[in-house]
Amino acid sequence: MKFSLSWLKDYLATSADLDEILELMLKAGLEVEHVENPAEKLAAFSVCKVKTAEPHPDADKLRVCTVGTIDGDKQIVCGAPNARAGMTAIYAPLGAYIPGLDFSLDKKPRKIRGVESQGMMCSTKELEAGEDHDGIADLEDDLPLGMAAAEALGVDDPVIDFEVTPNRPDWLGVKGIARDLAAAGAGGFLDEEVRKVSGSFDCPVGIGLKAPDVCPIFAGAYIRGVENGASPDWLQARLRAVGIAPKSLLVDVTNYVSLDRARPLHAYDADKLQGQVVARMGREGETLLALDGKTYDITPDMCVIADDSGVIGLGGVMGGESTAVSDETTNVFIESAWFDPLTTARTGRTTGIISDARYRFERGVDPKSCVRGVHMALRLIIDNGGGKSSKVKVAGEAPVAKPKVEFYKQDVARLTGLDVKPATMRKMLKTLGFDIEDIGETWLLTVPSWRFDVDQSADIVEEIARLEGYDKLPTTSLPPLEGGRRVVTTRLQHRVRTARRTLASRGFLEAVTWSFMPKPHAELFGGGDEALTVANPVASELNQMRPSILGNLASAAQNAFNMGERDVRLFEAGPVYLGDGPKDQRSFVTALVKASDPRSWKGGEPYDSFAIKADLFAVLSALGQAPDRFQVDAPRLDHWHPGKAACLKLGPKVTVAHFGALHPRVLKALDVEGPIYAFELNLNALPYMKARATKTKAVLNKADRTPVRRDLAFVVADTVAAGDIVKSAKGADKGLISEISVFDVYQGKGIADGHKSIAIEVTLQPSGETLKDEEIDAVMSRIVKSVGKATGGELRS
Amino acid sequence: MSDIQTIESEAVAAIEGADDLSKLDAVRVAELGKKGRVSGLMKTLGKMSPEERQDMGPKLNALKNRVAAAVEARKAALEDAALEAQLASETLDLSLPPKKEPVGALHPVMQVFEEVAAIFGDMGFTVAEGPDIEDDWHNFTALNFPEGHPARETHDTFFFHPQQGDTPKVLRTHTSPVQIRTMMEQKPPIRIIAPGRVYRNDWDATHTPMFHQVEGLVIEKNIHMGHLKGCLIDFVKAYFEVNDVEARFRPHFFPFTEPSAEMDVKYRKQGDSILIGEGDSWMEILGSGMVHPNVLRNCGIDPDEYQGFAFGMGIDRLAMLKYGMPDLRPYFEADPAWTRHYGFAPWLTPSIGGGLS
Repeated sequence: MKFSLSWLKDYLATSADLDEILELMLKAGLEVEHVENPAEKLAAFSVCKVKTAEPHPDADKLRVCTVGTIDGDKQIVCGAPNARAGMTAIYAPLGAYIPGLDFSLDKKPRKIRGVESQGMMCSTKELEAGEDHDGIADLEDDLPLGMAAAEALGVDDPVIDFEVTPNRPDWLGVKGIARDLAAAGAGGFLDEEVRKVSGSFDCPVGIGLKAPDVCPIFAGAYIRGVENGASPDWLQARLRAVGIAPKSLLVDVTNYVSLDRARPLHAYDADKLQGQVVARMGREGETLLALDGKTYDITPDMCVIADDSGVIGLGGVMGGESTAVSDETTNVFIESAWFDPLTTARTGRTTGIISDARYRFERGVDPKSCVRGVHMALRLIIDNGGGKSSKVKVAGEAPVAKPKVEFYKQDVARLTGLDVKPATMRKMLKTLGFDIEDIGETWLLTVPSWRFDVDQSADIVEEIARLEGYDKLPTTSLPPLEGGRRVVTTRLQHRVRTARRTLASRGFLEAVTWSFMPKPHAELFGGGDEALTVANPVASELNQMRPSILGNLASAAQNAFNMGERDVRLFEAGPVYLGDGPKDQRSFVTALVKASDPRSWKGGEPYDSFAIKADLFAVLSALGQAPDRFQVDAPRLDHWHPGKAACLKLGPKVTVAHFGALHPRVLKALDVEGPIYAFELNLNALPYMKARATKTKAVLNKADRTPVRRDLAFVVADTVAAGDIVKSAKGADKGLISEISVFDVYQGKGIADGHKSIAIEVTLQPSGETLKDEEIDAVMSRIVKSVGKATGGELRS
Repeated sequence: MSDIQTIESEAVAAIEGADDLSKLDAVRVAELGKKGRVSGLMKTLGKMSPEERQDMGPKLNALKNRVAAAVEARKAALEDAALEAQLASETLDLSLPPKKEPVGALHPVMQVFEEVAAIFGDMGFTVAEGPDIEDDWHNFTALNFPEGHPARETHDTFFFHPQQGDTPKVLRTHTSPVQIRTMMEQKPPIRIIAPGRVYRNDWDATHTPMFHQVEGLVIEKNIHMGHLKGCLIDFVKAYFEVNDVEARFRPHFFPFTEPSAEMDVKYRKQGDSILIGEGDSWMEILGSGMVHPNVLRNCGIDPDEYQGFAFGMGIDRLAMLKYGMPDLRPYFEADPAWTRHYGFAPWLTPSIGGGLS
């Protein structure tokens, strides 16, 4: 919302200067976004008097003038046709920046066709103070020499632009702004009433209300014989100052009342109306050619203005082309109605029309301003365009006023810590327009009809606090919370932190990528569900909630490769979405590697499925999850390589993680070059260890604990998983066997086709006595039996 | 006697002359072995008279000890020489590089989340979380956004397709729904912060469709707006690691707070850095207010008994202000060069005791 300082002063008696007004706006909650003071750019210019104007000796169109200026008499060569002796004009000294031409005068006098010129006289257009460019500004002769140009041109008037918060539609009128600033201490509020126009005849246009819930009141008046010419200069200047181009008297007046009083009006060319003007709900199949030149389909949930010809306007949103006023209009019908905010907002959203009327009605217009608004418009039109007005006709009644609000004075201190005297509060509320009734300790307040944001005591507390000033609030640190310290993070958050730090310390870079991905990509990862498709995506490639983080990371890795990176290790700890319910979101840690073969003078192993497994296991170990408690199985999701990837299970139902190589077909669809190794770990699927009753650890038993190690090699069919050998070997004596590790896998000479040899090292951990040879042999033979039973494996001879 | 002297001088000569360990051992056996010369002399002691034995015993023992000592000394010298020779052959070119190890880093947004949690944790807050996909009630209605109210439109909400005529689900536009969920599940006193991803349909130089917020909520019996001010000034000082900061609170409008305030801090620019707590310009850094009584009622909390404040701030921007990232877009691009440059070392864990950064 833009307004000029002079306009504000119509309603505010104040001695405050611009800076003080800005300070008070900030204090009262009117957030200033921009201030433009035309006086600033005109600071160099001043009023001058042309003493003589002689023809230039060498140029027909130029004149050589002697000009009395603030800097003394100057010789100025001027090309304006209207330059003449005795005129009062605007002088630009040497070096001045001319805003309308966007250049600066030379600092030294310049010769024009051989005659020196010591400055310039400007047109209003060159000063950006008007449109006139036919000649230099020709001012009233009583303006004194040296007067600031801004003052002489009447543009010494700062324009302030501020943000109107949705709760305060009354700030969409200059009068409403003045009221708040008066309450904030800027001066006196000038609550001048509109001078009513007493019409000389009854309004000949009938008004019908067929949707009283949406449009309960409609005031109208008819003006006969108006001349719709240009509006007066002062009105044009005010509109122009706030960025609205003047059009014609009727249009300008409706705009003016809207800006001045937050009261939208509509002017119809009465000669184009057919029969009664009716506010009703729309009908299927109706259309409106609106003032913006577009045709809109009408639906039954829109409130329309109609006459016998059909729809002629969208109530509270925009008028129609068929009944619009024009320069030829002589008979006018003025509409000043009230439209329901929700209906207006919905119509606005459906049609996409953005108008000043919609903006005001959907936020709330003072229902009591209908009649006042008509009178104000009539006065302005008749005073400036002539014509005769009818009496004002009012159909319906203003909607019922809001109930009174009980205000507990102690709430101010209770909620804000401020100490404000009741007399001060009373004055603030009175200025804001509240009526106060004392009922004991409480005040019963009548809320002004232009306020829609006040329902309860806390709302009044806000009024008091902001007008008192937030700078007066005490500054009090939070007292310590009773009941001692609590753990700041949840167990899941703790997991996230541990996993992130583990991966970063293993050389991975942390990524944060969109929660969205392109729907076709989501489908590659088992997603794409319609319930997770964003209906209004910001871009088509961000239209699906991700079922996996892998796609985003793989694309990022490829981008990095294209930029010359050779070893990209990325991870992200973030959400994936299985459904749209509150429990359908999972916290995943996903890591992805796109590596080149290592180039090292020592040689080196390329990154592969086992490398990513090591990274996954490192994370699991850091999370206190011994990796060997999980079972390795074939991947359960189609985006993994069927042979070079696996899942990690906890029992038959719970899948905790996948790791290994991504499926080449998926990579092709993503336009990513493989191989890509990755893991995705579902932190929600990991069990939590039971909290122990005490922090004390069990005593370490060090009595003869020297471990015994033995090697065994088994020959098995090559389809047998090494993990099954390890598992069955370990099962042979869970108490004594502390570790089984595979140290060799061999196929070739000495081993039958379709078979392989797997060598394991068995570690026995005695807990007390030293093991005897017979005991060790017994365990070994149990292992051989157990492995044989589980895998068909035999000891390699 | 001459025997002893002769034997000793011969033995010492042989020991000195042994140029490797096996030759030295042969000498040792020849002199001190069971059948060695010195051992042979020692055996003669048995046949001597007590007087002779008293005279010869110490002499022979001394001989044996001196020969043994000479053997040991020679052995040490030979071993030393052997080690020197071995070491001389063992040379590595240690200017060669070690195995290359990739260097990881943490994302600034995630790091700043932890910084913020450390500061508020110190003030008694705990961290709460909730889902990104929300229903209309948790994201708007419960937070006192009237249905159809223009305040909703300012949020540029992402919607999902409505399922079976229900109100469409939304991507949360703020983490305030977590406040609602917390108040519905937990009895006051409440002190929580709610960090997380939030979404708005806006994409330009200063907006991304996904960004990060931390909101806070305090609900107790005697918490007023002065506490809000104190708590947030304490936070800003701690976060920017400055001793003092000049802050300004301005009235604003949020549907879910009453009274509402925005907080500005003074700053100045120095090259690419922004110095908070100095200078003459104001910068808005967060929104806040006393929790609206309607919101408390919506969550089953009696506003006549409990009251408190809430606040919210953008983490991406907060990270920018402190660490100087010039642009928001690369935050979400997983660009290794950017992450290495603006990221944090894995062992850097923000804490009140150990420092934030």
